[in-house]
Amino acid sequence: MITDYEVLETMHMFTEQHLDIRTITMGISLMDCAASTPEESCRRIYDKIMRCAGKLVETGEAISRKYNVPIIHKRISVTPVSIVAAASGATDYTMFAKTLDRAAHDCGVNFIGGFSALVQKGYTNSDRILINSIPEALAVTENVCSSINLASTRSGINMDAVRDMGHIIKKTAERTAEQGAIGCAKLVVFANAPEDNPFMAGAFLGPGEPECVINVGISGPGVVKHAMEKVRGEDLGVVAETIKKAAFKITRVGELVAREASERLGVPFGIIDLSLAPTPAVGDSVARLLEEFGLETCGTWGTTAALAMLNDAVKKGGTMASSFVGGLSGAFIPVSEDEGMIAAARSGSLLLEKLEAMTCVCSVGLDMIAIPGDTTAETVSGIIADEMALGTFNNKTTAVRIIPVPGKGVGDSVEFGGLLGTAPIMPVNNASCKEFIDRGGRIPAPIHSMRN
Amino acid sequence: MKESKNTAVITVIGKDRVGIIAGISKILADYSININDISQTIMDDIFTMIMMVDLQAVEIESSDISDKLKEFGSENGLSVTIQHTDLFNAMHRI
Repeated sequence: MITDYEVLETMHMFTEQHLDIRTITMGISLMDCAASTPEESCRRIYDKIMRCAGKLVETGEAISRKYNVPIIHKRISVTPVSIVAAASGATDYTMFAKTLDRAAHDCGVNFIGGFSALVQKGYTNSDRILINSIPEALAVTENVCSSINLASTRSGINMDAVRDMGHIIKKTAERTAEQGAIGCAKLVVFANAPEDNPFMAGAFLGPGEPECVINVGISGPGVVKHAMEKVRGEDLGVVAETIKKAAFKITRVGELVAREASERLGVPFGIIDLSLAPTPAVGDSVARLLEEFGLETCGTWGTTAALAMLNDAVKKGGTMASSFVGGLSGAFIPVSEDEGMIAAARSGSLLLEKLEAMTCVCSVGLDMIAIPGDTTAETVSGIIADEMALGTFNNKTTAVRIIPVPGKGVGDSVEFGGLLGTAPIMPVNNASCKEFIDRGGRIPAPIHSMRN
Repeated sequence: MKESKNTAVITVIGKDRVGIIAGISKILADYSININDISQTIMDDIFTMIMMVDLQAVEIESSDISDKLKEFGSENGLSVTIQHTDLFNAMHRI
């Protein structure tokens, strides 16, 4: 029998603490959509997405009604387009992006991820075409997300690609300058990209994944913060235990929704992504949660330690709640999407260098960070290189989603609207790294013994 | 996950007044939903009722029961929600 206390606790989680399921993401393999002409390939892609995901949104809505649980996004991830389009003979892949966009629109999902390439060791001809198509593709589409894996612990870092992506990010920003460089908010570069990530902008369906699969991303920084408020002043062991319990409950909601969606759609359940994903709403912030540990503001000394413990405790509680955990699984620290991060960046107490340190102990990396428009492509590449090194050498996923906003400088901010939020322009160390970036080549894979 | 019974939890929160239980019960009777258990408390003038119901053949997602309950809630200044019991079992039972 469910007790009244449990019922009311659940009610408060959904009403005051913003608990929601962040996304149900259907992964769809497009391997069988390769064709000898781009037109035929695009036709197959559109038909397959409509066939698999046609009922995704209505299924999500039905589950949401049954449990009165908000399910914020229904999304699609697909096989990296550089693989699917390789045989088509096209010299520009914008047409593929437009096809994905149309399919996403017709299915009613708000994002489709997979305009992607995996180049950690080197480029195929198709990878090169895809990367060069990114600025145009992201400018002429609304719902398409692009991700490029530049590095992995097994392969090292492809520094040619790091150099090229600096230029591509700058071009994407210029191409979408009128909308605050929003193209860059849909573009992420990775080290050790997970193949089953349900979260955008980095979602794609890796080559080792099944034909069609349901992955679910949970949320819930507000729930964890609320639980922590009850143990103010207690030692950190008690805090860890409290976070684990909250994470368990949050994850169980995700598991329930994932299983039910999988059953209704007749598609296997893949993984739950245990990520604390913030939104710009007050009370749904990872930064405020870190401050609840006893920090005056996110970004001060102690932030990295608090984040490390938070991230670990969420995973411990979450893995108890679901046997199939994957994706990014870690606290997200996107600046523009988190009310507390925005405040800390505005006040100057949260700097890029501190964010970089924080990414050593949580997932995703430098995320949704706006920088001055006059930052050079080489400096953007330098920022990427450092983040790739953190992921590659520490055997974890890291990423960069950075937005050099044309015509804006430190003190300005850029408004993306909705969940993408508002980004204050953050200062960047502009001492040149051009000669380093211009070297190109590969940084060899790290040694796996003698780990210090 | 085990096949579960088709039951739900209805929560009603708001300012106390005459006829809340009668109103909710009337709606449930219209859908042939059986009430298994009711508990209620009044704290600081806030009325809280938790009702365990047997949905019988009704599916929350495909019927308009949750809309009807919400409508009753908004007419009477109450927050009324219906949620399938599986949610609570998932969250609170190992």
